[in-house]
Amino acid sequence: MSAQPTIRLAVPESVAAGEVIEIKVMIQHAMESGYRRGALGERIPRDIIKFFRCSQEGKTIFAAEFHPGVAANPLLTFHMRAERSGTLDFVWTDQAGQRWSKQAELRVT
Amino acid sequence: MRLLNLAAVWLGSLAIVAPVYAGTMSSSHEQPISGYHFLTPQTRALQDDAFANPGYLWVAAGAEDYEKKQGTGSCMSCHGENGLVGVATRFPRFDEKAQTLLNLEGRINVCRTEHQKLPALAYESQELLALSSFVAEQSRGMRTQVSVTGGAQPWFRAGEDYFFQRRGQLNLACQQCHDQSWGKMLRGDRLSQGQPNAFPAYRLEWQTLGSLHRRLQNCETGVRAEPQALGSQAYLGLELYLVWRAQGLALESPGVRR
Repeated sequence: MSAQPTIRLAVPESVAAGEVIEIKVMIQHAMESGYRRGALGERIPRDIIKFFRCSQEGKTIFAAEFHPGVAANPLLTFHMRAERSGTLDFVWTDQAGQRWSKQAELRVT
Repeated sequence: MRLLNLAAVWLGSLAIVAPVYAGTMSSSHEQPISGYHFLTPQTRALQDDAFANPGYLWVAAGAEDYEKKQGTGSCMSCHGENGLVGVATRFPRFDEKAQTLLNLEGRINVCRTEHQKLPALAYESQELLALSSFVAEQSRGMRTQVSVTGGAQPWFRAGEDYFFQRRGQLNLACQQCHDQSWGKMLRGDRLSQGQPNAFPAYRLEWQTLGSLHRRLQNCETGVRAEPQALGSQAYLGLELYLVWRAQGLALESPGVRR
């Protein structure tokens, strides 16, 4: 795949105001721990995502810090109270500062 | 009370294992049982959840590639939106024009080189895994119906021979584990029948999605044999034999395996 990893989001399309909704996100990433060795005994360097942040118009809804023990292709499930419509911004930042993001529209009725 | 609880747990685990043991006496191709039934409930749940199943990352990437215009046109420009439903059930199959046996990966590459005028994708490359898992997913739940006659017959015979031939330092044939001994414990794991119906599958051991041929290489290094190349004739024949042997099982790709 290209430099942009596959990101999957599960956000309800339309929700009632005040309702608590479940959000699921998954990103394709090897989450190489840095503790493994290759077939020839060489050390495989650490390559992990360090931070995840979900925000709505700048306001953080959920944030997480990742560590080397997290499995590949991390899946996160979290909840939020839907108060207003707006774009949800999901951003992953890896150890080198590279960022990947995807947006979803939340419509509160 | 604690003893009673323990007994309940023990009986519970017996109930899960019982259907697996029911067929121990019959050969695997007479009563095929999917590798799904040899998994823990947690791993089964991971496969069944269409969001949590990590294999769908590759399916989603494949769906994008399928629509992307490459070479002389996108895959979709020929095959349409749902044109490949059920196709994966018919592979591997003998291709009259190429005069060789093609599995799904091989057929995708023939499409690329002949119709799209693009270079073939490397076996086990992320692009090929994405496309093959996308095509296989469209046949999820359908049963395989491969032909083992005509041009496919010599391949089938070769694959069958491969399955029954002892190899490696441990001097074991596929058949000794997967026909004679399935259901027994092999160290910490219960031996499955070695059915191929979940591939391309996400393996927890790999932490990624991989092809059946990669899985076969793992089996061979397990018995300390020299693994064949991915996409090699030996593995193509063996794949045909395995798919024939699994007839009656529904395709599960993208499956999740341990």
